[in-house]
Amino acid sequence: MYAELTRRSAWHDVLPTVLGYIGIGVAFGIVSRAAGLSILVTLATSTFVYAGSAQFVLVTMLVEHSPLLSIVLSVFLVNARMMLMSTTLSTYFKQEPLWKNILLGTFLTDESFALGMNKLNYTDRKLNFTWFNTVNLASYLTWIVGTALGAMLGSLITDPTKFGFGFAVTAMFIGLLYLQIISDKTISLKLQLTIILFVLILTYFGMAFIPGNLLILVVTLLGCALGVILKHAHN
Amino acid sequence: MPTIKFIFWTIFCTGLATWLTRITPFVLLKKFTLPPAVIEFLNFVPITIMAALWFQQIFIQQSGQLPAIDYLNLCASLPTVISAVISKNLLVIVVVGIISAAFFNIVL
Repeated sequence: MYAELTRRSAWHDVLPTVLGYIGIGVAFGIVSRAAGLSILVTLATSTFVYAGSAQFVLVTMLVEHSPLLSIVLSVFLVNARMMLMSTTLSTYFKQEPLWKNILLGTFLTDESFALGMNKLNYTDRKLNFTWFNTVNLASYLTWIVGTALGAMLGSLITDPTKFGFGFAVTAMFIGLLYLQIISDKTISLKLQLTIILFVLILTYFGMAFIPGNLLILVVTLLGCALGVILKHAHN
Repeated sequence: MPTIKFIFWTIFCTGLATWLTRITPFVLLKKFTLPPAVIEFLNFVPITIMAALWFQQIFIQQSGQLPAIDYLNLCASLPTVISAVISKNLLVIVVVGIISAAFFNIVL
């Protein structure tokens, strides 16, 4: 990752996440077609809902004839963590006009957020609109292209996880987490590792009683709270 | 299969919900400034959220009891972590992850 925040460096930085996106996008296209939805509806979901894992929830619930309200609520819950991400991110774009903030929020994803947080460590803790918007749009296009490929391949491949692409996004989070740990000097290494261990334990035990939709949100809130407490206990 | 009209409304409503989830903080925080305590809290969001997104994949939720281990994702995580330590390059990490997952999918 370079220090520049240009359109060019954005394309360079976003490349590894594109692989993950294509994989999951293709998987979504296949799953959606297998569930009986048309190519058009499959593409419309990726284009207008653009919600990664929540789209899998949406398709499953559509096919099960769930009521509209419960589909909307589930999709909202799966995506509720986005509020934390856009809150965190917005502090870096406060000087930009409102429309640019809205545009960045519109196309924000887990991946562009994680990439942006990593980028901060190389740019003296700065981000700009051009870089982030390019990362966002590249991810969006990749997601749609992936979905289209999957929707068309739909009948040929039944199990996309067989080719390892299902793991691509997880691998990306592992990579981004590691790069974040070694480059973020604002939190001590010991504290970071303590929180990650705590998150692991919380995820494990939390799975027994926290609904899957809420898990990430609850675990993240508790992990951050512990971070603040421990940081102050040390000082 | 639900009617096309129902599908349309589902896409419209869920699309609106996800959009509002993403932009509301941007819009609100343009007007208000977060207290330093909240900013300090948010500093921990990146590592906790990335760790949680990873760990969620190595367990399989079973309602009412402790989760089972997803051995495929757990095993594939190991070479991925090692490649992260060695290469410090995201593209290499993702490629190693994909290959490891494909490999363990055949072996396990």
